[in-house]
Amino acid sequence: MRKIEAIKITKAVTELVKQANFFLRRDILSALRKSYAAEKNIRAKKILKAVLDNAAYARKQKLAICQDTGLPIIFIEMGQDVLIKGDLKAAVNKGVEEGYKKYSLRNSIVSDPLNRGKSKFSPCLIHTDIVKGSRIKLTLLPKGFGCENKSQLKMFKPTADIKEIKEFIVKAVKDAGPDACPPYVIGVGIGGTADYACLMAKKALLRKISTRNSKLEKDLLKLINQTGIGPMGLGGVNTALAVHLQVHPTHIAGLPVSVNISCHALRSASITL
Amino acid sequence: MKEINTLKAGQEIFLSGTIYTARDQAHKRLTETIKSGRRLPIELKGAIIYYCGPTQTPKGKIIGSCGPTTSSRMDTFTPLLLSRGLKAMIGKGDRSKEVKEVIKKYKGVYFVTYAGCGALLSKFVKKAKIAAYSELGPEAILKLEVKDFPLIVAIDANGRSIYGKV
Repeated sequence: MRKIEAIKITKAVTELVKQANFFLRRDILSALRKSYAAEKNIRAKKILKAVLDNAAYARKQKLAICQDTGLPIIFIEMGQDVLIKGDLKAAVNKGVEEGYKKYSLRNSIVSDPLNRGKSKFSPCLIHTDIVKGSRIKLTLLPKGFGCENKSQLKMFKPTADIKEIKEFIVKAVKDAGPDACPPYVIGVGIGGTADYACLMAKKALLRKISTRNSKLEKDLLKLINQTGIGPMGLGGVNTALAVHLQVHPTHIAGLPVSVNISCHALRSASITL
Repeated sequence: MKEINTLKAGQEIFLSGTIYTARDQAHKRLTETIKSGRRLPIELKGAIIYYCGPTQTPKGKIIGSCGPTTSSRMDTFTPLLLSRGLKAMIGKGDRSKEVKEVIKKYKGVYFVTYAGCGALLSKFVKKAKIAAYSELGPEAILKLEVKDFPLIVAIDANGRSIYGKV
Protein backbone atom coordinates (compact mmCIF):
# COMPACT_ATOMS: atom_id res chain seq x y z
CA MET A 1 0.00 0.00 0.00
CA ARG A 2 1.25 3.45 -0.89
CA LYS A 3 0.24 6.04 1.64
CA ILE A 4 -0.67 9.60 0.60
CA GLU A 5 -1.46 12.31 3.14
CA ALA A 6 -4.77 14.09 2.51
CA ILE A 7 -3.02 17.45 2.72
CA LYS A 8 -1.09 16.56 -0.44
CA ILE A 9 -4.41 16.15 -2.22
CA THR A 10 -5.58 19.57 -0.98
CA LYS A 11 -2.40 21.25 -2.24
CA ALA A 12 -2.63 19.51 -5.60
CA VAL A 13 -6.25 20.58 -6.07
CA THR A 14 -5.43 24.21 -5.19
CA GLU A 15 -2.75 24.15 -7.88
CA LEU A 16 -5.22 22.69 -10.40
CA VAL A 17 -7.64 25.53 -9.64
CA LYS A 18 -4.97 28.03 -10.71
CA GLN A 19 -3.84 26.04 -13.76
CA ALA A 20 -7.34 25.47 -15.12
CA ASN A 21 -8.73 28.96 -14.57
CA PHE A 22 -5.77 31.12 -15.62
CA PHE A 23 -4.06 29.10 -18.33
CA LEU A 24 -6.18 27.96 -21.25
CA ARG A 25 -5.42 24.39 -22.38
CA ARG A 26 -2.73 24.23 -25.07
CA ASP A 27 -4.84 22.02 -27.34
CA ILE A 28 -7.73 24.51 -27.12
CA LEU A 29 -5.42 27.43 -27.87
CA SER A 30 -4.00 25.62 -30.83
CA ALA A 31 -7.49 24.72 -32.12
CA LEU A 32 -8.58 28.35 -31.70
CA ARG A 33 -5.54 29.56 -33.64
CA LYS A 34 -6.38 27.15 -36.45
CA SER A 35 -9.98 28.38 -36.46
CA TYR A 36 -8.79 31.96 -36.61
CA ALA A 37 -6.62 31.16 -39.62
CA ALA A 38 -9.44 29.28 -41.38
CA GLU A 39 -12.11 31.91 -40.78
CA LYS A 40 -13.00 34.21 -43.69
CA ASN A 41 -15.93 36.03 -42.09
CA ILE A 42 -14.50 39.34 -40.85
CA ARG A 43 -16.60 39.57 -37.71
CA ALA A 44 -15.95 35.93 -36.78
CA LYS A 45 -12.23 36.53 -37.20
CA LYS A 46 -12.42 39.58 -34.97
CA ILE A 47 -14.26 37.59 -32.28
CA LEU A 48 -11.72 34.75 -32.43
CA LYS A 49 -8.96 37.33 -32.10
CA ALA A 50 -10.65 38.66 -28.94
CA VAL A 51 -10.90 35.09 -27.60
CA LEU A 52 -7.17 34.54 -28.17
CA ASP A 53 -6.31 37.96 -26.71
CA ASN A 54 -8.47 37.13 -23.71
CA ALA A 55 -6.54 33.90 -23.05
CA ALA A 56 -3.23 35.77 -23.30
CA TYR A 57 -4.44 38.57 -21.00
CA ALA A 58 -5.79 36.10 -18.43
CA ARG A 59 -2.45 34.27 -18.36
CA LYS A 60 -0.45 37.47 -18.03
CA GLN A 61 -2.67 39.19 -15.46
CA LYS A 62 -3.58 36.05 -13.50
CA LEU A 63 -7.24 36.67 -14.14
CA ALA A 64 -9.92 34.06 -14.70
CA ILE A 65 -10.28 33.28 -18.42
CA CYS A 66 -14.04 33.54 -17.87
CA GLN A 67 -15.92 35.04 -14.93
CA ASP A 68 -17.96 31.84 -14.79
CA THR A 69 -15.33 29.80 -13.02
CA GLY A 70 -17.82 27.01 -13.13
CA LEU A 71 -19.10 24.29 -10.95
CA PRO A 72 -15.76 22.64 -10.14
CA ILE A 73 -15.87 18.97 -11.12
CA ILE A 74 -13.07 16.74 -9.89
CA PHE A 75 -12.37 13.41 -11.58
CA ILE A 76 -10.30 11.07 -9.46
CA GLU A 77 -8.56 8.03 -10.88
CA MET A 78 -7.61 6.23 -7.75
CA GLY A 79 -5.04 3.46 -7.83
CA GLN A 80 -6.36 0.51 -5.83
CA ASP A 81 -3.06 0.26 -3.97
CA VAL A 82 -3.27 3.82 -2.61
CA LEU A 83 -4.22 4.50 0.97
CA ILE A 84 -5.29 8.06 1.74
CA LYS A 85 -4.39 9.19 5.23
CA GLY A 86 -7.29 11.45 6.08
CA ASP A 87 -10.62 12.36 4.51
CA LEU A 88 -10.29 12.34 0.70
CA LYS A 89 -13.51 14.19 -0.16
CA ALA A 90 -12.94 16.81 2.51
CA ALA A 91 -9.36 17.28 1.26
CA VAL A 92 -10.57 17.80 -2.32
CA ASN A 93 -13.22 20.32 -1.26
CA LYS A 94 -10.73 22.17 0.90
CA GLY A 95 -8.38 22.42 -2.08
CA VAL A 96 -11.18 23.84 -4.23
CA GLU A 97 -12.24 26.35 -1.58
CA GLU A 98 -8.72 27.52 -0.83
CA GLY A 99 -7.85 27.80 -4.52
CA TYR A 100 -11.01 29.68 -5.49
CA LYS A 101 -10.50 32.12 -2.59
CA LYS A 102 -6.76 32.56 -3.13
CA TYR A 103 -7.09 33.25 -6.85
CA SER A 104 -10.17 35.50 -6.52
CA LEU A 105 -12.44 33.26 -8.58
CA ARG A 106 -16.21 33.24 -8.38
CA ASN A 107 -18.31 31.68 -5.64
CA SER A 108 -20.96 30.25 -7.94
CA ILE A 109 -22.33 27.40 -5.81
CA VAL A 110 -25.69 27.59 -4.00
CA SER A 111 -26.29 24.89 -1.38
CA ASP A 112 -29.99 24.64 -2.05
CA PRO A 113 -30.98 24.39 -5.72
CA LEU A 114 -34.59 25.33 -4.98
CA ASN A 115 -34.25 28.08 -2.40
CA ARG A 116 -30.83 29.20 -3.71
CA GLY A 117 -29.37 31.28 -0.82
CA LYS A 118 -25.83 32.55 -0.34
CA SER A 119 -23.27 31.63 -3.03
CA LYS A 120 -20.29 29.59 -1.91
CA PHE A 121 -17.08 28.15 -3.30
CA SER A 122 -18.01 24.53 -2.66
CA PRO A 123 -19.01 21.70 -2.60
CA CYS A 124 -17.46 20.58 -5.85
CA LEU A 125 -18.65 17.44 -7.64
CA ILE A 126 -16.43 14.38 -7.38
CA HIS A 127 -16.40 11.41 -9.76
CA THR A 128 -14.16 8.54 -8.71
CA ASP A 129 -12.81 5.65 -10.75
CA ILE A 130 -10.85 2.84 -9.16
CA VAL A 131 -7.94 1.79 -11.35
CA LYS A 132 -4.93 -0.51 -11.09
CA GLY A 133 -1.71 0.70 -9.54
CA SER A 134 -0.49 2.94 -6.78
CA ARG A 135 -0.95 6.41 -8.20
CA ILE A 136 -3.76 8.89 -8.01
CA LYS A 137 -4.71 11.19 -10.90
CA LEU A 138 -6.76 14.30 -10.20
CA THR A 139 -8.44 16.29 -12.96
CA LEU A 140 -10.33 19.54 -12.45
CA LEU A 141 -12.97 20.65 -14.95
CA PRO A 142 -14.51 23.99 -13.90
CA LYS A 143 -17.69 23.69 -15.96
CA GLY A 144 -19.38 26.96 -16.86
CA PHE A 145 -23.16 26.84 -16.76
CA GLY A 146 -23.93 28.89 -19.84
CA CYS A 147 -22.98 25.79 -21.79
CA GLU A 148 -23.94 23.20 -19.16
CA ASN A 149 -27.53 24.48 -19.46
CA LYS A 150 -27.54 23.27 -23.07
CA SER A 151 -26.90 19.60 -22.20
CA GLN A 152 -29.25 17.04 -23.72
CA LEU A 153 -30.10 13.37 -23.25
CA LYS A 154 -32.20 11.16 -25.48
CA MET A 155 -33.02 7.50 -25.00
CA PHE A 156 -33.14 6.15 -28.57
CA LYS A 157 -34.70 2.85 -29.64
CA PRO A 158 -32.07 0.16 -30.16
CA THR A 159 -33.13 0.03 -33.81
CA ALA A 160 -32.52 3.75 -34.32
CA ASP A 161 -30.73 4.76 -37.49
CA ILE A 162 -27.35 6.49 -37.24
CA LYS A 163 -28.90 9.35 -39.22
CA GLU A 164 -31.38 10.03 -36.38
CA ILE A 165 -28.57 10.06 -33.85
CA LYS A 166 -26.53 12.49 -35.92
CA GLU A 167 -29.57 14.73 -36.30
CA PHE A 168 -30.13 14.76 -32.54
CA ILE A 169 -26.52 15.78 -31.86
CA VAL A 170 -26.55 18.52 -34.49
CA LYS A 171 -29.95 19.73 -33.23
CA ALA A 172 -28.54 20.01 -29.68
CA VAL A 173 -25.88 22.37 -31.04
CA LYS A 174 -28.47 24.34 -33.01
CA ASP A 175 -30.58 24.63 -29.84
CA ALA A 176 -27.58 26.07 -28.00
CA GLY A 177 -27.17 28.43 -30.96
CA PRO A 178 -25.39 31.67 -30.05
CA ASP A 179 -26.07 31.37 -26.30
CA ALA A 180 -23.31 29.19 -24.93
CA CYS A 181 -20.16 30.84 -26.36
CA PRO A 182 -19.36 29.10 -29.63
CA PRO A 183 -17.05 27.83 -31.06
CA TYR A 184 -17.92 24.82 -28.92
CA VAL A 185 -16.35 21.53 -28.03
CA ILE A 186 -19.02 18.84 -28.22
CA GLY A 187 -18.84 15.88 -25.87
CA VAL A 188 -21.07 12.94 -26.75
CA GLY A 189 -21.74 9.84 -24.66
CA ILE A 190 -23.29 6.85 -26.41
CA GLY A 191 -24.41 3.71 -24.59
CA GLY A 192 -24.42 2.66 -20.94
CA THR A 193 -27.40 4.02 -19.02
CA ALA A 194 -28.97 7.50 -18.95
CA ASP A 195 -26.66 8.72 -16.17
CA TYR A 196 -23.60 6.98 -17.60
CA ALA A 197 -24.13 8.46 -21.08
CA CYS A 198 -24.21 11.93 -19.49
CA LEU A 199 -20.99 11.25 -17.57
CA MET A 200 -19.27 9.98 -20.71
CA ALA A 201 -20.35 13.09 -22.62
CA LYS A 202 -18.80 15.21 -19.88
CA LYS A 203 -15.60 13.13 -19.75
CA ALA A 204 -15.26 13.37 -23.53
CA LEU A 205 -14.52 17.08 -23.04
CA LEU A 206 -11.32 16.16 -21.20
CA ARG A 207 -9.85 14.40 -24.23
CA LYS A 208 -7.14 16.39 -25.92
CA ILE A 209 -8.18 17.93 -29.24
CA SER A 210 -6.15 16.29 -31.97
CA THR A 211 -6.39 15.17 -35.56
CA ARG A 212 -7.00 11.59 -34.49
CA ASN A 213 -10.75 11.39 -34.76
CA SER A 214 -13.16 8.65 -35.77
CA LYS A 215 -15.12 8.92 -38.99
CA LEU A 216 -18.30 9.61 -37.04
CA GLU A 217 -16.60 12.43 -35.12
CA LYS A 218 -15.33 13.97 -38.35
CA ASP A 219 -18.76 13.67 -39.99
CA LEU A 220 -20.44 15.32 -37.00
CA LEU A 221 -17.92 18.16 -36.88
CA LYS A 222 -18.53 18.83 -40.55
CA LEU A 223 -22.32 18.84 -40.10
CA ILE A 224 -22.06 21.13 -37.04
CA ASN A 225 -19.80 23.59 -38.82
CA GLN A 226 -22.18 23.63 -41.79
CA THR A 227 -24.85 25.16 -39.54
CA GLY A 228 -23.02 28.47 -39.94
CA ILE A 229 -23.70 29.48 -36.30
CA GLY A 230 -20.08 30.60 -35.96
CA PRO A 231 -18.27 32.45 -33.15
CA MET A 232 -20.80 34.16 -30.82
CA GLY A 233 -23.51 32.90 -33.16
CA LEU A 234 -22.83 35.72 -35.61
CA GLY A 235 -21.90 33.50 -38.54
CA GLY A 236 -18.76 31.79 -39.72
CA VAL A 237 -17.27 28.39 -40.44
CA ASN A 238 -16.27 27.68 -36.83
CA THR A 239 -19.23 26.52 -34.78
CA ALA A 240 -17.29 23.76 -33.05
CA LEU A 241 -13.61 23.10 -32.53
CA ALA A 242 -14.08 19.36 -32.08
CA VAL A 243 -16.59 16.56 -31.48
CA HIS A 244 -15.50 13.89 -29.03
CA LEU A 245 -17.43 10.63 -28.65
CA GLN A 246 -17.24 8.13 -25.84
CA VAL A 247 -19.03 4.82 -26.23
CA HIS A 248 -19.85 2.04 -23.80
CA PRO A 249 -21.75 -1.27 -23.97
CA THR A 250 -25.47 -0.90 -23.34
CA HIS A 251 -28.69 -2.95 -22.95
CA ILE A 252 -30.48 -4.73 -25.81
CA ALA A 253 -33.53 -2.55 -25.23
CA GLY A 254 -31.87 0.84 -25.43
CA LEU A 255 -29.44 3.33 -26.90
CA PRO A 256 -28.81 6.35 -24.66
CA VAL A 257 -27.17 9.37 -26.30
CA SER A 258 -26.09 12.41 -24.32
CA VAL A 259 -24.61 15.68 -25.54
CA ASN A 260 -22.54 17.92 -23.26
CA ILE A 261 -21.47 21.20 -24.77
CA SER A 262 -18.47 23.24 -23.72
CA CYS A 263 -17.91 26.87 -24.56
CA HIS A 264 -14.63 27.86 -26.24
CA ALA A 265 -13.19 28.48 -22.77
CA LEU A 266 -12.85 24.75 -22.11
CA ARG A 267 -10.75 24.69 -18.99
CA SER A 268 -9.29 21.65 -17.30
CA ALA A 269 -6.04 20.58 -15.65
CA SER A 270 -4.66 17.29 -14.35
CA ILE A 271 -2.00 16.12 -11.94
CA THR A 272 -0.77 12.66 -11.02
CA LEU A 273 0.53 11.97 -7.52
CA MET B 1 -29.19 58.44 -24.90
CA LYS B 2 -30.97 59.85 -27.96
CA GLU B 3 -28.24 58.27 -30.05
CA ILE B 4 -29.45 54.85 -28.98
CA ASN B 5 -32.51 55.16 -31.21
CA THR B 6 -30.34 55.69 -34.26
CA LEU B 7 -28.19 52.61 -33.73
CA LYS B 8 -28.64 49.77 -36.20
CA ALA B 9 -28.38 46.03 -35.63
CA GLY B 10 -24.90 44.87 -36.58
CA GLN B 11 -23.21 48.17 -35.79
CA GLU B 12 -20.15 48.07 -33.52
CA ILE B 13 -19.76 50.80 -30.92
CA PHE B 14 -17.61 51.62 -27.89
CA LEU B 15 -19.52 52.63 -24.79
CA SER B 16 -18.26 55.05 -22.16
CA GLY B 17 -20.35 55.85 -19.11
CA THR B 18 -22.27 54.20 -16.29
CA ILE B 19 -23.74 50.70 -16.47
CA TYR B 20 -25.24 48.42 -13.82
CA THR B 21 -24.60 44.69 -13.55
CA ALA B 22 -27.67 42.55 -12.85
CA ARG B 23 -28.33 38.88 -13.48
CA ASP B 24 -30.90 36.27 -12.46
CA GLN B 25 -31.49 36.93 -8.75
CA ALA B 26 -31.18 40.71 -9.08
CA HIS B 27 -33.80 40.63 -11.85
CA LYS B 28 -36.10 38.59 -9.67
CA ARG B 29 -35.75 41.10 -6.84
CA LEU B 30 -36.17 44.18 -9.04
CA THR B 31 -39.35 42.61 -10.43
CA GLU B 32 -40.73 41.79 -6.98
CA THR B 33 -39.95 45.33 -5.82
CA ILE B 34 -41.79 46.88 -8.77
CA LYS B 35 -44.78 44.57 -8.33
CA SER B 36 -45.08 45.37 -4.65
CA GLY B 37 -44.90 49.10 -5.36
CA ARG B 38 -41.72 49.70 -3.34
CA ARG B 39 -38.87 51.97 -4.34
CA LEU B 40 -36.13 50.46 -6.54
CA PRO B 41 -32.53 50.57 -5.28
CA ILE B 42 -31.32 51.96 -8.62
CA GLU B 43 -32.79 54.47 -11.06
CA LEU B 44 -34.06 52.43 -14.02
CA LYS B 45 -34.97 55.41 -16.19
CA GLY B 46 -32.36 55.60 -18.92
CA ALA B 47 -30.27 52.84 -17.31
CA ILE B 48 -28.08 50.29 -19.04
CA ILE B 49 -28.03 46.83 -17.49
CA TYR B 50 -25.13 44.44 -18.06
CA TYR B 51 -25.92 40.76 -17.55
CA CYS B 52 -22.78 39.97 -15.63
CA GLY B 53 -21.60 38.40 -12.40
CA PRO B 54 -17.87 39.05 -12.08
CA THR B 55 -15.35 36.97 -10.17
CA GLN B 56 -14.07 38.27 -6.84
CA THR B 57 -11.87 41.33 -7.32
CA PRO B 58 -8.18 40.39 -7.14
CA LYS B 59 -5.99 42.58 -4.92
CA GLY B 60 -4.88 45.77 -6.67
CA LYS B 61 -7.44 45.42 -9.47
CA ILE B 62 -10.64 47.41 -10.15
CA ILE B 63 -12.65 44.34 -11.04
CA GLY B 64 -12.06 40.67 -11.80
CA SER B 65 -13.03 38.78 -14.91
CA CYS B 66 -16.37 40.24 -16.03
CA GLY B 67 -17.84 38.90 -19.27
CA PRO B 68 -21.51 38.62 -20.21
CA THR B 69 -23.85 35.82 -19.11
CA THR B 70 -26.64 34.26 -21.22
CA SER B 71 -29.29 36.95 -21.79
CA SER B 72 -32.24 34.67 -22.55
CA ARG B 73 -32.51 33.73 -18.86
CA MET B 74 -33.54 37.32 -18.19
CA ASP B 75 -36.20 37.36 -20.96
CA THR B 76 -39.21 36.92 -18.67
CA PHE B 77 -38.15 39.92 -16.52
CA THR B 78 -37.20 42.26 -19.35
CA PRO B 79 -40.60 43.61 -20.53
CA LEU B 80 -41.45 45.00 -17.08
CA LEU B 81 -38.02 46.65 -16.69
CA LEU B 82 -38.25 48.22 -20.15
CA SER B 83 -41.71 49.55 -19.28
CA ARG B 84 -40.11 51.26 -16.26
CA GLY B 85 -37.53 53.09 -18.31
CA LEU B 86 -34.66 50.63 -18.80
CA LYS B 87 -32.94 51.80 -21.95
CA ALA B 88 -30.33 49.20 -22.88
CA MET B 89 -29.13 45.72 -22.05
CA ILE B 90 -25.77 44.06 -22.61
CA GLY B 91 -25.35 40.29 -22.69
CA LYS B 92 -24.71 37.34 -24.94
CA GLY B 93 -26.94 35.27 -27.19
CA ASP B 94 -30.39 35.72 -28.69
CA ARG B 95 -33.58 37.05 -27.02
CA SER B 96 -37.19 35.87 -27.17
CA LYS B 97 -39.68 37.15 -29.72
CA GLU B 98 -41.50 38.99 -26.93
CA VAL B 99 -38.34 40.82 -25.82
CA LYS B 100 -37.68 41.86 -29.42
CA GLU B 101 -41.18 43.34 -29.58
CA VAL B 102 -40.90 45.27 -26.31
CA ILE B 103 -37.49 46.63 -27.30
CA LYS B 104 -39.20 48.06 -30.37
CA LYS B 105 -42.17 49.32 -28.34
CA TYR B 106 -40.08 51.20 -25.78
CA LYS B 107 -37.26 52.15 -28.20
CA GLY B 108 -34.60 50.31 -26.28
CA VAL B 109 -31.56 48.45 -27.50
CA TYR B 110 -29.89 45.12 -26.83
CA PHE B 111 -26.14 44.83 -27.19
CA VAL B 112 -23.85 41.81 -27.13
CA THR B 113 -20.21 41.90 -26.17
CA TYR B 114 -17.31 39.46 -26.53
CA ALA B 115 -18.58 36.27 -24.93
CA GLY B 116 -16.22 34.21 -22.82
CA CYS B 117 -13.71 37.07 -22.76
CA GLY B 118 -14.15 38.22 -19.15
CA ALA B 119 -10.47 38.87 -18.52
CA LEU B 120 -10.14 41.10 -21.58
CA LEU B 121 -13.35 43.02 -20.82
CA SER B 122 -12.09 43.91 -17.32
CA LYS B 123 -9.68 46.33 -19.04
CA PHE B 124 -12.56 48.63 -19.97
CA VAL B 125 -13.94 48.95 -16.45
CA LYS B 126 -12.56 52.03 -14.70
CA LYS B 127 -14.63 52.02 -11.50
CA ALA B 128 -16.76 49.44 -9.74
CA LYS B 129 -18.84 49.63 -6.58
CA ILE B 130 -21.77 47.76 -5.10
CA ALA B 131 -25.04 49.58 -5.78
CA ALA B 132 -27.53 47.10 -4.29
CA TYR B 133 -28.15 43.59 -2.96
CA SER B 134 -24.63 43.04 -1.63
CA GLU B 135 -25.88 39.87 0.07
CA LEU B 136 -26.27 38.30 -3.38
CA GLY B 137 -22.47 38.06 -3.69
CA PRO B 138 -21.56 37.65 -7.38
CA GLU B 139 -25.18 38.46 -8.26
CA ALA B 140 -25.19 41.85 -6.51
CA ILE B 141 -25.91 44.95 -8.58
CA LEU B 142 -22.66 46.80 -9.27
CA LYS B 143 -22.36 50.30 -10.63
CA LEU B 144 -19.59 50.31 -13.22
CA GLU B 145 -17.91 53.19 -14.98
CA VAL B 146 -16.70 51.91 -18.33
CA LYS B 147 -14.55 53.45 -21.02
CA ASP B 148 -14.61 52.27 -24.66
CA PHE B 149 -16.42 49.08 -23.72
CA PRO B 150 -16.80 47.13 -27.03
CA LEU B 151 -20.39 46.37 -28.04
CA ILE B 152 -22.28 45.05 -31.04
CA VAL B 153 -25.88 46.17 -31.54
CA ALA B 154 -27.82 42.88 -31.52
CA ILE B 155 -31.41 44.21 -31.47
CA ASP B 156 -32.04 47.84 -32.37
CA ALA B 157 -34.88 50.23 -31.46
CA ASN B 158 -36.76 49.12 -34.57
CA GLY B 159 -36.71 45.52 -33.40
CA ARG B 160 -34.23 44.42 -36.03
CA SER B 161 -31.98 41.61 -34.88
CA ILE B 162 -28.49 40.59 -35.86
CA TYR B 163 -29.34 36.93 -35.28
CA GLY B 164 -32.01 36.67 -37.94
CA LYS B 165 -29.47 37.59 -40.57
CA VAL B 166 -27.09 34.69 -39.95
